[in-house]
Amino acid sequence: MWELIRTNKRNSIVLMAVMAGVLLALGLVIGWAVFGPEGGLPGVGIAALVWMVLTLVSLASGDQILLAASRAQPVTHDVHPQLFNVVEEMKIAAGLPAMPKVYIINDPAPNAFATGRSPQSASLAVTAGLLGRLNRDELQGVVAHEMSHILHRDILYVTLAGVMLGGVVLLSQVFLRGLLHGSLGSHRRYSPQRRGGGQAQLVIALIAILAAVLAPLMAQLLYFALSRRREYLADAGAARLTRYPEGLARALEKIAGDATPPLAAANDATAPMYIVNPLRKRGGRSVSGWTSTHPPIAERIRILRNMSQGVSYRDYAQAFAAVTHARSPLPAAALTEEEVPIRSVPAPAVGQETAGRQVHEIGDIMRKVNGFHFLTCACSLKIKIPPDFNAGTIRCPRCSRTLSLPSGQDRPPAGG
Amino acid sequence: MPTTIALIVIVALFFLIVLAVIGIYNALVRLRNQVDNGWSQIDVQLKRRHDLIPNLVETARGYMKHERETFETITKARSAAMGARTVTEAAQAEGQLADALSKFMLVVENYPDLKANQNFLALQEELTSTENKIAFARQNYNDQVLSYNNKIQMFPSNVVAGMFAFTKRDFFEVQTAAEREVPKVSFA
Repeated sequence: MWELIRTNKRNSIVLMAVMAGVLLALGLVIGWAVFGPEGGLPGVGIAALVWMVLTLVSLASGDQILLAASRAQPVTHDVHPQLFNVVEEMKIAAGLPAMPKVYIINDPAPNAFATGRSPQSASLAVTAGLLGRLNRDELQGVVAHEMSHILHRDILYVTLAGVMLGGVVLLSQVFLRGLLHGSLGSHRRYSPQRRGGGQAQLVIALIAILAAVLAPLMAQLLYFALSRRREYLADAGAARLTRYPEGLARALEKIAGDATPPLAAANDATAPMYIVNPLRKRGGRSVSGWTSTHPPIAERIRILRNMSQGVSYRDYAQAFAAVTHARSPLPAAALTEEEVPIRSVPAPAVGQETAGRQVHEIGDIMRKVNGFHFLTCACSLKIKIPPDFNAGTIRCPRCSRTLSLPSGQDRPPAGG
Repeated sequence: MPTTIALIVIVALFFLIVLAVIGIYNALVRLRNQVDNGWSQIDVQLKRRHDLIPNLVETARGYMKHERETFETITKARSAAMGARTVTEAAQAEGQLADALSKFMLVVENYPDLKANQNFLALQEELTSTENKIAFARQNYNDQVLSYNNKIQMFPSNVVAGMFAFTKRDFFEVQTAAEREVPKVSFA
């Protein structure tokens, strides 16, 4: 356990150093290309400054930036009691010092992520689509997976990397656009005095373009390769926390078989933090090579289903070896653990839910997040009242009873 | 001259031992605090379970006229659990209460009106969650107790534990009827 955390902390530092290196090299090349050889040093200086600002900003409020970029809204217990309860259950199982803040993303695509600086100040976000589709055990599996990210200190790394990667991508995009539109360095290219230096200038410009294209790619490759391993680790942690790998396996199965369009608010920089890749292409086979942010879902499900002996990290490593025939992604120290038995869970008594019902429920969750108030009439009609409805009473459209609305203070607060 | 060297060695050794004892003592205290914290987590959830029951019984009573016995079992088990003093006693009483509640939840399936009641559904979710929280808090507490007891029994920390009277802690083992019996298959 502690070995896992230490490995993660070390990786975070290595990644930050690599990011710094990439950013400084980029600054050097860009400075050189735009202002000639004397521009190299200021370029590095500016890049160092950018790196420092990025690091400080991502440390201070990286989680807030990522949550805002994903359009996640903070919610209270009343909006979705089951989600809150499940998060608290997993908080207790993980022995976490504080309850993570809970967010809902108003999107029908099923997905979830965790972010934050430390287990003391973590945030957990799930989409309305996920809540509508999963039953209690499955939701518990997903929340446990996210809780493992918090427990393993993945969240700090992902937050830092997400914000910094965003920074690198932004910087090189600004540069590329500037070069393409000829606003940078153009006065040099057409200045008659420096005709002799034109050749060298062109070569350097080409190198600069190459660097600007490659730098974000390189940064991303490293980020992805590391984040795939983290997904396996979090799956192993989820199985151990819930003592029930089947819950997460079924959840992943449902998410994989889902036909809604991909998550609207996800992009290249934030994709690796989700439980399943939010950008995967419909229909076609997903990329499962070096550039893939997530391990193939089918493989993750097979590994979880293979854990028939117990739910310790050693059991996960054995299942992993049986399914992939590859080296286990778990650190050796985690494998000396004692046996942890699987919890026996009674099969859910509820029958199959219809797709129409699910869509209905997802819509209700989204309305609730947006501050709608729900009132059940005596004729069992559920009336949805928008947050800006100010009259004191409402007439039931089915049985035309007059219902009084609770006063403004009693209503659940609208999400930010 | 040799006596001074011997003296220095002895003093250095003494300091090393004192440092080691301090380190082990602090580790033991940290583990014991984690055990205590784990226990208080269980305690919080058990209290919450006791608080939920009257509400649940009150809501369900109107719909379930013929289940007087079920309600009585729950109420009795609740007061027994609230009066328990030792860990073993509490574990036994809470196990009985958990049994009574899971039986109650099965009986509820026969009352569709009750299952349509929004208020009851909310209470049912709270009860399910509380049962889960108790199970997970127990899981966490037992993990903590295991590492604490291991530390107390293993050399050299057992010497320090003996010096400062660190005593072994009990596991919180709840054996409910469901865990004792082979599950029966019913075709309802």
